[in-house]
Amino acid sequence: MVKLSVSDLAIDYGGKTVLSGVDLEIQENEIFGIIGPANSGKTSFLRAINRMDEFTDGMNVRGSVKLDGTEVKDWANVYALRRRIGVVFPLPVGLPMSVYDNVALSPRLNGIRNKAELDERVERCLTRAALWDEVKDRLDTLGSLLSGGQQQRLTIARALSQEPDLLLLDEFSIAVDPVTTMRIEDVLVDLKKDMTIVLVTNLVQQARRLADRTAFFLMGECVEIAGTEELFTGTVKDQRTRDYVEGRFG
Amino acid sequence: MAKAANPAARDLSWFVDKLAQGLIFLGGISGILLIIGIFVFVSREGIGFVTNGLEWGEFFTSPAWRPTSKNPTFGALALIAGTASVTGLAMIVSVPLSLGAAVFIGEFAKGRTRELLKVLIEMLAAIPSVVWGFIGLSIMNEFIIDAFNVPVGLNVLNAGIILGLMAAPIMTTIAEDALKAVPDGYRQAAEAMGATRWQVIWRVVIPAAKNGLVAAVLLGVGRGFGETMAVLMASGHSINMPTSPFDSVRALTATIAAELGETAVGSEHYQALFFLGIFLFLITFLINLTADVVVRGIKKG
Amino acid sequence: MFGPTARTLQDQQVEQRVKIGLGVVTGLLVLPVLIILTLLVIKGGPMISMEFLFSDPTNGMTQGGIFPALVGTIWLVVFALLFSVPVGVAAALYLSEYAPDNWVTRAINLAIINLAGVPSIVHALFGVGAFVLFAGFGTSILAASLTLAVMTLPVVIVSTRESLQAVPMEFREACWSMGATRWQTIRRVVLPNSISGILTGVILEVSRTAGETAPIMFTGAAFFLPFLPETVWDQTMAMSLHLFVVSTQVPDVPEALPYGVALVMIAMVLTMNAVSIGFRMWLRGRRKW
Repeated sequence: MVKLSVSDLAIDYGGKTVLSGVDLEIQENEIFGIIGPANSGKTSFLRAINRMDEFTDGMNVRGSVKLDGTEVKDWANVYALRRRIGVVFPLPVGLPMSVYDNVALSPRLNGIRNKAELDERVERCLTRAALWDEVKDRLDTLGSLLSGGQQQRLTIARALSQEPDLLLLDEFSIAVDPVTTMRIEDVLVDLKKDMTIVLVTNLVQQARRLADRTAFFLMGECVEIAGTEELFTGTVKDQRTRDYVEGRFG
Repeated sequence: MAKAANPAARDLSWFVDKLAQGLIFLGGISGILLIIGIFVFVSREGIGFVTNGLEWGEFFTSPAWRPTSKNPTFGALALIAGTASVTGLAMIVSVPLSLGAAVFIGEFAKGRTRELLKVLIEMLAAIPSVVWGFIGLSIMNEFIIDAFNVPVGLNVLNAGIILGLMAAPIMTTIAEDALKAVPDGYRQAAEAMGATRWQVIWRVVIPAAKNGLVAAVLLGVGRGFGETMAVLMASGHSINMPTSPFDSVRALTATIAAELGETAVGSEHYQALFFLGIFLFLITFLINLTADVVVRGIKKG
Repeated sequence: MFGPTARTLQDQQVEQRVKIGLGVVTGLLVLPVLIILTLLVIKGGPMISMEFLFSDPTNGMTQGGIFPALVGTIWLVVFALLFSVPVGVAAALYLSEYAPDNWVTRAINLAIINLAGVPSIVHALFGVGAFVLFAGFGTSILAASLTLAVMTLPVVIVSTRESLQAVPMEFREACWSMGATRWQTIRRVVLPNSISGILTGVILEVSRTAGETAPIMFTGAAFFLPFLPETVWDQTMAMSLHLFVVSTQVPDVPEALPYGVALVMIAMVLTMNAVSIGFRMWLRGRRKW
């Protein structure tokens, strides 16, 4: 089943085009990787999916982005849309409130007040994000004062607390140590069965490890999409893809 | 685990957000509304003077401000001279002190000393206008009479020094900011060429901070022009053109404060005082506008 | 070859002299505060007593205490805060969280700077024209405190806005991408982490409001009233006006009396400033991110 369908997507910032002519479909319960050098439009692509372009002055999105068959622009309540989509940014963000409150924020915004329910969800999400053991005895620590790797897992826990059906990750491992990166990668593989995941990464090998299919973005264009094994074992259609994957530029 | 959310549903939080946005916007434009409001309501009470009794020539060239005499005249020249002389003297006192202090605190003082000095200057700024006026009436008054052997100590000198001390803190702060805004690169380049601290400051930093320093002085002037109670209490009560710093004068602001209570609402005198208010408003508006334009010059680079 | 040259030594001497000179200049600026405080304490100290603070002025205000003036100032300050803090915080929120970079925003900023620069007597005239006459409140605590609120609004706006802008953008983005509305983000993350700046502005406003005389002279404060105010429609005495009155309008007043009033005023104002400074220093130690 197609989860996300993008057709003829074009994005520009005050006239300066960063993405054009993007057509792709992301299937439910797959990990869809997006690789490509800097400034290829990968991050802008993610922002268009949950309409975060509305918070950026001058960002224009044209074309079609459909979630479960409905155009995201047609959602009257954009906040309800965003609640269905979890996002992890490159820089870890621990909100300046207790770890508990960090993870309880989304359920509370959705009206859940029952303490038992909140407790259960907080524990479940922190466990799934591989952070529970480290914080279970100090849930009242400020999220903003945790280490970088912990904050990134806290961000994932927050995303999971939304009970999203779509999870967007934008170069999540940039500011995180290799051990934590590995732990998070294991988490993602486990999450696949419950949601659809879009993984933007600058680590070609990471896409190889995790993604079912991968798209290669280069300078605003979606050059190629292929099953991951094909992408990496050389049966690609475009020479530029092969050059990037083999490290000839980056 | 997808909730069957109706994509078209706007919930309570959506409406609360819109309401909050509306209220916040109202707060946002309050500044503009109030500035316009001040102009409108002061003009409303004073416009009668402009349409009925105001003779522009007399207003600007005659020192005869005699609103309560049988044939009232409204020459504001002496009042304008009063404001100008007191503010002028205040700037003579305050500009060197403030700039010197800004340079000292910003470039030479370190750590604890700097903190202490900044705190003391903040305290200087905190002293209310009426207390300064009282100081002018009492301490400064006696000091001037003794030190200069003059009969009366409430005069231009008294009010000028007091105003200078009142305007100094804000001038010092803005000047400090202007000096701080000069990129370290400039200083380092000069030091690399072997210049001493002072040479760097005098030849590089101060010229680079010119805009901000001018803005600081302008704001100080604005403050001086607009000050009421201190000038009312320290400058004396005679309405005349000052010929020496030991003359008593009356400023525009003080005139309004001193006379408004004795006028009848809507009378010519009442309207004239409101007209003085419009005049003051426009002058300080211009000064602030100029200072802002100059300051914007710094922020652009 | 690398020893100090005669020119360098001379430069350093100049530097020393300049440093001392500037230090003296700074001292000249700062010394008056200390002199004034000392003189006020010496000449006004003897007046201070519980009786002075808590009893009424008697004998044509040449004797007695300042209690009604103290009470009046408190009334005025409280109501001025009531009016200016919500509006000021809203204005700061607009500038920090919503305002796009266009001419309207520039106009708002300009208006705020100008509002801060309007002479206090012009604020008084505005108060008379708008609140006493046009709105029909008459001379009252209501009119006077509204006038004071308008005057001190910029103070609240500027310090609140600084505090709001100090909250990192990442926090907001994280909330927005979770589906929180702008208001939910403000209410749960931005505002709670800006309380410090808001309070600093409030304390500063209290300090300024308590010292202002001109704006209340014609809008609600009276030279002498035989009873305390009971509602916002009443007139009131006030510390700032009281100092003016006993030092310029009352004949045969004993020398120490106005010094005592001035001393109490300065004590009030400096205490609040000290609280504000101490508060800021305490906050600096409590980093939350």
